[in-house]
Amino acid sequence: MNTHYGKFGGQYVAETLMAPLKELEAAYEEATTDPAFQRELDEILRDYVGRETPITYARRLSEHLGGARILLKREDLNHTGAHKVNNTIGQALLARRMGKKRLIAETGAGMHGVATATVAALFGMPCEVYMGAIDVERQAPNVERMKMLGATVHSVTEGSATLKDAMNEALRDWVTNCDDTFYVIGTVAGPAPYPQMVRDFQSVIGVEARRQCLERYGRLPDQAIACVGGGSNAMGLFAGFIDDKGVKLVGVEAGGKGIETGEHAASINGGSIGVLHGAKTMLLQTDDGNIIDTYSVSAGLDYPGVGPEHCHLAETGRAEYSVINDDEAIAAFEALCRFEGIVPALESSHALAEAIKRAPALPQDALLLVNLSGRGDKDLGNAGLRAGLAAMTKRI
Amino acid sequence: MKKRITEAFAKAKAGNRGAFVAYLTMGYPTIEKSEAAADALVAGGADIIELGVPFSDPFADGGVIRSAAYEALRQGVRLDDVLALAKRLREKHPDTGLVLFTYYNVIYSKGLARFAEAAADAGIDAVLSVDLPLEERDELLKEIQPRGISYIPLIAPNTPLERVVESANGLDNSFLYVITVKGITGARTELPTDLLGRLDSIRKVSTLPIAAGFGISTKAQAEAVSAHADGFIVGSALVKRLGAEGELKGEMLP
Repeated sequence: MNTHYGKFGGQYVAETLMAPLKELEAAYEEATTDPAFQRELDEILRDYVGRETPITYARRLSEHLGGARILLKREDLNHTGAHKVNNTIGQALLARRMGKKRLIAETGAGMHGVATATVAALFGMPCEVYMGAIDVERQAPNVERMKMLGATVHSVTEGSATLKDAMNEALRDWVTNCDDTFYVIGTVAGPAPYPQMVRDFQSVIGVEARRQCLERYGRLPDQAIACVGGGSNAMGLFAGFIDDKGVKLVGVEAGGKGIETGEHAASINGGSIGVLHGAKTMLLQTDDGNIIDTYSVSAGLDYPGVGPEHCHLAETGRAEYSVINDDEAIAAFEALCRFEGIVPALESSHALAEAIKRAPALPQDALLLVNLSGRGDKDLGNAGLRAGLAAMTKRI
Repeated sequence: MKKRITEAFAKAKAGNRGAFVAYLTMGYPTIEKSEAAADALVAGGADIIELGVPFSDPFADGGVIRSAAYEALRQGVRLDDVLALAKRLREKHPDTGLVLFTYYNVIYSKGLARFAEAAADAGIDAVLSVDLPLEERDELLKEIQPRGISYIPLIAPNTPLERVVESANGLDNSFLYVITVKGITGARTELPTDLLGRLDSIRKVSTLPIAAGFGISTKAQAEAVSAHADGFIVGSALVKRLGAEGELKGEMLP
């Protein structure tokens, strides 16, 4: 099993967590060689989540832009409304297999919290979710959903009161209760084996999309584009195409108010190497190694680190990482609503905005595959989105 | 090169007591008060001082040390300030063991070689990083050991004995920091019932002295632990008292 990705990754955790990580690693390796595990996972993904998700050709938007065809991998159509559930089902199955009695999770936008609360209900396990107080406020509908599903939501007021602080608190819970508790990490970050495990559970996105592209268009896409906060939906998409050298992999980071303003969440483009939450990775930090408050209109991208494999893909050049600011993401959000009748998550709107930027310069037979990682119902009350829409001067 | 940590444990043993290892978050309540408190601890019998460097994301700490770290950061206390303070302590207390205690990113972001130079210059004896287990520590050891600085490994309640041996391998002028409970730092009224037996097992296989920490706040707890370990560590209780009273004076432990 991979614990390092080039110079990134690793297991930078408190000693008390080493035994649980080794236990998890062994259980995961054993599960991956057990056909019954994969069979049950596939069944739940099909019968409960509703996979496979389709690829939708965004015809009106593409024709309006007048260039490449934009294809949407519709992870927004999954049960719970985002890709997050692909991973939480895998981890909950593993938790049950390991005899763990309780699930905990961190969440930013709330989608991973909802997906964890959902599988906890499905498997009859108690669930506690840690969420930054600022996110509790700006993602209120998801807080209500988690509570309705029977989960306890802890509002974390320390530090910047966002995703990183929620993760700190989840780690404190895990280190105290590791004997009976399974920590369901929502992204390809954290200590090994989480980055690989989460990538594997999310790889269903890329594997399906690759096959669907071949079936429908007789060829692979020219570019596969996904937003990157921690980076799980992007790693899931990239996993399907990583060996197809002709497919350009594009990760899109949250530029917030613009990298030059310092108010952003673009760890690869605007950060430096460091160690946080168990992994060596690119971080937004001060010269003294303290973590900087990040900013993005999108709570799900508002994290100062990023999955270690993304850092490695950036370093080797296999993937490229661009930046989309709040205003561009909001314009893309509106465009997808108006042109295609699809309300995208603000997170996914960053990936869409990148495709919108690239499409006009490309020939009409070019295919841009965008991972539409989640739906945007949760964002409708977001004050940042409202203000952005009101201030928008130029529509796509 | 002086082996102050080895000597501190030897001296305690000769005195038929456990070595007293004291943790303080540097810069809390202020950098001046931290310095005065460290002086008071040395005068009050501490053999080794752990100098806590505040970090923005103290995910292994309980409320007391977290609040102290946030306050120190608010005042702008950084690694370089703590190293400067260490240098002053070293001049005043030539025999006291000084351990730099922090999270790995604080060290790593300075550049490991630069950090090792600066720590050696400040008279630091050893480094303890909360989130740098056996699997990852070599890159740091490679830089600090040639400069005469050692490393303090943590041993958890779920650390197997073979791993205890591995953790002590290759280290000199050090001790094993045995965590009493699964969890975060902070005072507890009772220590776990299996602790003393566990200390005996660890001591039997360890080539280094062992000291128990997390949750120790009273003289009675320290004495109970010292019958089964070479030393004890007190952190949150001291930080809390320093925060409330502004100084440490009189008996260091109630």
